Amino acid sequence: MNRTLYPAIFAAIVTLILTSMMLGIKLKTEGINLTLHSAEGSTWTMIFVATAVVFLFQLFRNQLTGLVKLPTLPTVESMLPEGKKGDRIKTLAVCFIVAAALIWPFYASRGAVDLATLALIYIMLGLGLNIVVGLAGLLDLGYVAFYAVGAYTYALLSLYYDVSFWVALPICGLLAALFGFLLGFPVLRLRGDYLAIVTLGFGEIIRILLLNWTDVTGGPNGISRIPKPDIFGLEFSRRAKDPDNMPFHEFFGIAYDPSYKVIFLYLLALLLVLVTVYVINRLTRMPIGRAWEALREDDIACRSLGLNPTVVKLTAFTIGASFAGFAGCFFSARQGFISPESFVFIESAIILAIVVLGGMGSQLGVILAAIILTVLPELAREFQEYRMLMFGLLMVFMMIWKPQGLVPMKRPHLELSTGDKAK
Amino acid sequence: MSRALLEVSGLCMRFGGLLAVNNVSLSVHEKEIVSVIGPNGAGKTTVFNCISGFYNPTQGTILFDGEEIAGLKGHKIARKGMVRTFQHVRLFKEMTVIENLLVAQHMHMNTNLMGGFLKTPAYRKSEQRAMENAAFWLDKVNLLEFANREAGNLAYGQQRRLEIARCMVTRPRLLMLDEPAAGLNPNETKELDQLICNLRDEFDVSILLIEHDMGLVMGISDQIAVINQGTPLASGTPAEIRDNPDVIKAYLGEE
Repeated sequence: MNRTLYPAIFAAIVTLILTSMMLGIKLKTEGINLTLHSAEGSTWTMIFVATAVVFLFQLFRNQLTGLVKLPTLPTVESMLPEGKKGDRIKTLAVCFIVAAALIWPFYASRGAVDLATLALIYIMLGLGLNIVVGLAGLLDLGYVAFYAVGAYTYALLSLYYDVSFWVALPICGLLAALFGFLLGFPVLRLRGDYLAIVTLGFGEIIRILLLNWTDVTGGPNGISRIPKPDIFGLEFSRRAKDPDNMPFHEFFGIAYDPSYKVIFLYLLALLLVLVTVYVINRLTRMPIGRAWEALREDDIACRSLGLNPTVVKLTAFTIGASFAGFAGCFFSARQGFISPESFVFIESAIILAIVVLGGMGSQLGVILAAIILTVLPELAREFQEYRMLMFGLLMVFMMIWKPQGLVPMKRPHLELSTGDKAK
Repeated sequence: MSRALLEVSGLCMRFGGLLAVNNVSLSVHEKEIVSVIGPNGAGKTTVFNCISGFYNPTQGTILFDGEEIAGLKGHKIARKGMVRTFQHVRLFKEMTVIENLLVAQHMHMNTNLMGGFLKTPAYRKSEQRAMENAAFWLDKVNLLEFANREAGNLAYGQQRRLEIARCMVTRPRLLMLDEPAAGLNPNETKELDQLICNLRDEFDVSILLIEHDMGLVMGISDQIAVINQGTPLASGTPAEIRDNPDVIKAYLGEE
């Protein structure tokens, strides 16, 4: 009985909370204020009836399954990430860090949160380039071009077509991926140094194009007043731009505070980074991730086994570029102003430095390196003109002492279970 | 006899002024073991590279199961069911043994990206099947206990066997082995001999072999082709080749 009782109670509580929040409470505007009203008695009766129905249904679920065919519930095992039970501590640590990262901005200063948001952008860029350089082993010196494509896509779409951030985000990713594909198609038959030079050229072409196509991109003046992202249509400004719209603070009846916007941008960046981490984590365990690895080690053997090297490289290039597109979209939304100056070669170099410093292919390493490379220059502000020198020295010493990077890559090896099958 | 699985005729390969392969013809029938022998530098590996699509032959036709494949890209030929090993072992050294075999099955797997992100049942099933197939072949070549080792850490003989297993997981119809016995000790060579016969008898693959170990070649081949300085010298059954005066001259020099 207990096996059905607990899930039944749990399901009933969930139903009660959800329905009472959605149906039991009504928001009404009185003048300029929002007030909370409880719904009428009949609605509450319905809610309790629904809760009781859910409770009884879950309680007698097994008996009902005999009569009617019901969809089966997913088992807990099927929802757990693959891997050994020993990974529990790791999962717990990750959860803890994510929770800390979620709560932290509410207690930190505005400047710190802003800096953290910047670090998150670089994490996303680092992780994206990591696919191309670290996993597939293709040296790309023009990665910033895809970042620029993402940023300008959102800026131009919002400028000319009034497209909102959330609609533009996937478009930016797709368009950057398309550019990656178009560039990759002709150049991926090149190897090593030659590929690096071509990508370097491509990065410059995009920047110079943005600089000189004055009619559309505004040239060196850039594009300003790019709208900030909103949350379900609620804006973070003091007054809503659209008269029908309501700013975030008015909707929740709290005082206006500019730091809400900063925190929201930080949380949005965090969300994007988490999605990136998850996707790349999956990719490394999928056939395509294995193919990248294999291609990096021996492309002749790959060909002899029926893997098309061009297609495999192209997927790495395209997927890597799409993350730069997402990062670019977020960047232009956060800054509110972009110009070609944000996408110079030094940006590519910094992103590459993040990947190399962190350890090629290592996700944790790249994240750490991105944080170090964005936070350290800020912390070392007192040293003024010496800080770039220190930065350079740090890089030199890192490469001498730890050439594999901060956290050398440890690929998730797929293991053959040593159970009944193996022996 | 039935139609040949692989039919090479008039194959020529020229590198600038050097005619590395001159008018070589070969044919491999279903379930046949054909060996290509010849002194060092005779052009055996070049013939292999032409057939497997790593070189684009200057002249000649290569029919695989009746289909012209000369000039096709290497990965396309592999997908048609013709895979090869290399003279120098080419494993993915930093990947584990089992992963080497999973990569080899790439073309048979569910490579749908969305399927992988969401771990759909079709994706899991495809991974599971690939795993089972890999385990099966590891068992065949006696490497099952090393499944989770890095391939680069295996002993040389084991790496050779892994390379053959890696070809076999792709379910080929024709297996091309480039000096599989090179660097093996006599015991391992004997095991290899059995393995090759086994592959043919149990799994219906035809085998094209380059080999210097005459004991191995004479023991298992149905047909032998001899190449000397890029030109075909003789071809026939092991017994015919053994007594051919031209072959003896090419190998031992003139008296």
